[in-house]
Amino acid sequence: MEMIGQGILEALRLLITGDPEVLRITLLTLKVSGTATLISVILGLPLGTLLALKSFPGQRLLLSIANFGMGLPPVVVGLWVSIFLWRSGPFGYLGIMYTPAAMIIAQAVIASPVVVALTSSALQQTNPKLRLQIKALGATRWQYLYLLIREARFGILAAIIAGFGAVVSEVGASMAVGGNIKGQTRVLTTATVLEVSKGNFDIAIALSIILLVLSYLITLGLTILQQKKQGA
Amino acid sequence: MLKAENILLIKSKKTILENINFTISPGESVGIVGPNGSGKSSLLKILASLDQPTSGQVWYKGTPLPKRVPLTVRRRMAMVFQEALLLNTSVYENVAVGLKMRFLPKAEINKRVYFWLEQFGIPHLAKQAASSLSGGEAQRVSLARAFALEPEVLFLDEPFSALDAPTKDALRKDLATIFQQTKVTTLLVSHDFADIQSLTQRALVLLDGKIAAEATPAELLRKPQPPQVEQFLAHWH
Repeated sequence: MEMIGQGILEALRLLITGDPEVLRITLLTLKVSGTATLISVILGLPLGTLLALKSFPGQRLLLSIANFGMGLPPVVVGLWVSIFLWRSGPFGYLGIMYTPAAMIIAQAVIASPVVVALTSSALQQTNPKLRLQIKALGATRWQYLYLLIREARFGILAAIIAGFGAVVSEVGASMAVGGNIKGQTRVLTTATVLEVSKGNFDIAIALSIILLVLSYLITLGLTILQQKKQGA
Repeated sequence: MLKAENILLIKSKKTILENINFTISPGESVGIVGPNGSGKSSLLKILASLDQPTSGQVWYKGTPLPKRVPLTVRRRMAMVFQEALLLNTSVYENVAVGLKMRFLPKAEINKRVYFWLEQFGIPHLAKQAASSLSGGEAQRVSLARAFALEPEVLFLDEPFSALDAPTKDALRKDLATIFQQTKVTTLLVSHDFADIQSLTQRALVLLDGKIAAEATPAELLRKPQPPQVEQFLAHWH
């Protein structure tokens, strides 16, 4: 109990004093996970829409891959992204291994299937008769897609929340491709693991509390957006 | 205005519609009546360019409609379904949505939305969320949305069947008045001959995917022929 109390006090101290190292780690966490989520939305929203609304050969296979991808172990993603970005790997010439860019790529790989699969599911749940009604109103293809995505907005925002949640909490991929280098690729999860391994439980608890508060605040913002009043 | 020529529709090796031929004149109000599963809604979707027949041709204003009906033609038609099928937004936005698709000026959209909400007696609901409406109110919004488009042809697919009797009677009465005022060309599908009697000038009886009889509603009741039509209309005698 004493350890937990100390951890909470340490968290408050780090937050109040604006510890520069903690601030840097927090900002990097936000930058890496935020960018990865944004990439997953840019890729996942159109792909999820395509899988939900178009019939084509291999559609079910792709959907099953997206569903499978939701459970991808981050450490496996980290391993494969490392292989590709390693100096001798196919993309080794980019020289981005052990940089935030590599972490963003790995996290985008983790979040994208989540956004694809849940967006697809949200759109498939819209009433097929409503889709016909939108066409009957004289919608162009883009107007049709816009209205359907707007109809499925609760589900799509849930997909984005889930995608962000998956990457902000992962440690395996960030550790593998980022290397947890102080001042360069250290994020809240990898820093917490490091402090636990050093036996610094108070700092580890402090970092975990910051991580929880941060991810709650972002999820809260997205939830408010999701539940926004539907009136005029 | 609209002509169906030798329409045949086969789905999953089952013949849904066969040898459908009829014409609708401008301003005419035509009813298609028949029991459930007779192919009424399938026919309406083909005529409204929302589905394609296996063979046959739909003509619109003397021009054969191609397989991919141009948006400019589709936008001259409007359709109301059995369910109100409203978007998860306000009543105002629901009525305005088709007008916004056509990029009409804001003032014109506002004018038309309130005019049609008035016509259907629901201007007070404009700012309400569509999800909070009763079945009757929702169907009035759906009708206002269709009329606001000022279509040349209006397709109504069982618009009252999800409503209780008093709500249905009130809406049918209001719709009859609006039909008289607008003189819009209308094709109404219903399994209830009472809808056809109160809202249309001519009726087609569809049985097993074929037109079994065609006459004014009064004539059909007076001389229901052949026997299958007589059997179907017996309930309304």
